Amino acid sequence: MKKIEAIIRTAKFEEVKIELKKIGIDFFSYWEANGVGNEIMREHHSYRGTVYDTQYIPRIFITIVLRDINVEKTVNCIEKIAFTGEVGDGMIFIYTIDESVRISNGTRGDESTIGPGDFKK
Amino acid sequence: MILKSKDLLLKKTKVMFKKIIILSIFSLFMLVLPSISKSDSTTLYANEKVADPSGLTTGTVSDIPAAKAGEPTAGEVATAVGHNKISINLVWLLLCGFLVFFMQAGFALVETGFTRAKNVAHTMAMNLFVYPAGMLAFYVCGFAIMFGGVGALATLGGYDGLNSEVSFTLFGHAFGLFGTKGFFMNGIYDVAVLGFFVFQVVFMDAAATIPTGAMAERWKFASFAVFGFFVGGIIYPLYGNWVWGGGWLAQLGSNFGLGHGHIDFAGSSVVHLTGGVLAFVGAKMLGARIGKYNKDGSPNAIPGHNIPMAVLGSLILAFGWFGFNSGSTLSGTDLRFAVVAFNTMIASCGGALVATLWMWFVRGNKPDVSMMCNGLLAGLVAITAPCAFVSPAGALIIGLISGALVVEAAFFVEKKLKIDDPVGAIAVHGANGIWGVLALGLFADGTYGDGLNGIAGNVKGLFYGCPGQFGAEFIGAATNIIFVGASGWLVFKFLDVIIGNRVTPDVELLGLDVPEMGTEGYSGIKMDKNSETPLSR
Repeated sequence: MKKIEAIIRTAKFEEVKIELKKIGIDFFSYWEANGVGNEIMREHHSYRGTVYDTQYIPRIFITIVLRDINVEKTVNCIEKIAFTGEVGDGMIFIYTIDESVRISNGTRGDESTIGPGDFKK
Repeated sequence: MILKSKDLLLKKTKVMFKKIIILSIFSLFMLVLPSISKSDSTTLYANEKVADPSGLTTGTVSDIPAAKAGEPTAGEVATAVGHNKISINLVWLLLCGFLVFFMQAGFALVETGFTRAKNVAHTMAMNLFVYPAGMLAFYVCGFAIMFGGVGALATLGGYDGLNSEVSFTLFGHAFGLFGTKGFFMNGIYDVAVLGFFVFQVVFMDAAATIPTGAMAERWKFASFAVFGFFVGGIIYPLYGNWVWGGGWLAQLGSNFGLGHGHIDFAGSSVVHLTGGVLAFVGAKMLGARIGKYNKDGSPNAIPGHNIPMAVLGSLILAFGWFGFNSGSTLSGTDLRFAVVAFNTMIASCGGALVATLWMWFVRGNKPDVSMMCNGLLAGLVAITAPCAFVSPAGALIIGLISGALVVEAAFFVEKKLKIDDPVGAIAVHGANGIWGVLALGLFADGTYGDGLNGIAGNVKGLFYGCPGQFGAEFIGAATNIIFVGASGWLVFKFLDVIIGNRVTPDVELLGLDVPEMGTEGYSGIKMDKNSETPLSR
């Protein structure tokens, strides 16, 4: 059982979500994250004639917990879709998970990563 | 599980059927009811006048009050006509006054949109509280000082209860200083005067609410509240008396032959320059917001938290401005108000157009939204004084110039004078208030204003052969800057000593909403309060 964490461009999130659904990842958590970095600003902000930089870079942070057999296709999928080739495309991290519990039906381990009514996988 | 959903579906269908039956009974009722009442009316009111759906026959000779119904004498007809004329005037005056009152909403939205999310409750509260505070002060003494000696209200029936002006005589000329009739509205219980009061209060509110924008995000509410009384009760009425109440600036024409004296049709100087000068003095004395300027003096941008709010507010102001200017004829039968409305419209568009292009191609590289809003208002402020006296082309030129002026003035105030004005009130109301009255002295084309301030002949500007008019406008603007500036300084100094004008730095960093007002403007919405304040480098 593994956990994948991916930080991707906000603009790529919808695309990644659709592609993940296609390969069978139906549910995962994400949140909006702000980063600080060396990204070259393509568009400077200006307000009342004063140019300024925003102090954060907006990104989407995805967390997916899945069985080992699904890890590679998921990582490949995210890597392929979130790619633009420029600085700031983001990172993918993979962790090993010791144990997990699905609260609704009490299943543990690998089994718990499969949702109720989700018999295909 | 499947059974469950089937039950649910059945239940849903039943509820839907019930709804359809109720609805059809209701619509049947609505169809039948009109025909019943129709048959009633033909039988019951057969002897009365027939219904008039086209509106062509309602209002006949029988509506004119006469001793012998239906056959009024010539005198009775004339009385009815005169009464109708004053009615139209008063309706127009009040309708426009209500429009101007709506500008209060515009000011609130513009100012709050251009400030940060952590200060919205405070900024909004200032914009609301200035109304009751200023109104009360205007009732107690402001109206009496301003209009206590204005004389007969010619367009509102000629009531002359406001007849007591204090003046001093110098070199054989009388200089009107302030009126003294009507403290607490005593002794002037009259429809015309009270209608006039409503119209004038909303103008005073506009002037009093301008400084709250320039001084937003750091002004102590207690200090502001007292300030509202001073503006509405003393500063605004005094200068207003000199221009609109028959005071010495209005007498410049009869005393010294300077055209018609200082003329300000709807208030470029009386309302907007007064507000702009107070904003200037107040913002200068308060100092810049934390993080606005770096150590080398270069400014940081502190973007407003809600641009849609600011744009909506600007458009509400532009809408209310039609009442502001057109209503200042004080007469719905003086058809010049159509020209006024046209000039108001074209000048505001000119201002917004040039301000946008100026930011886009001359001073920056983007059509800045906040400057677009400022440009729209700048054109309106500039046309406020001359709107009744200039030609459409003149109005357009005034508007176009105001658009460039507002951007340059905003840059000058921010970068050279280092005065922090979050909403651009000084550039919009101050700089363009001056430009407005001077523009009247330049572009007045001699087609309107006969008899104004007791001078025969129409109002002409410098370009139409009357340099004296320009002189009077110049003196009026200079007087405003000196008098309002000095008295504003005194009031702010006084408030600083007894209350303190500025909140403490930690209150300012945290946002004024909770420490000053007790609650957040956007309760339950997460804000990154630190990221809103730029670090001074």
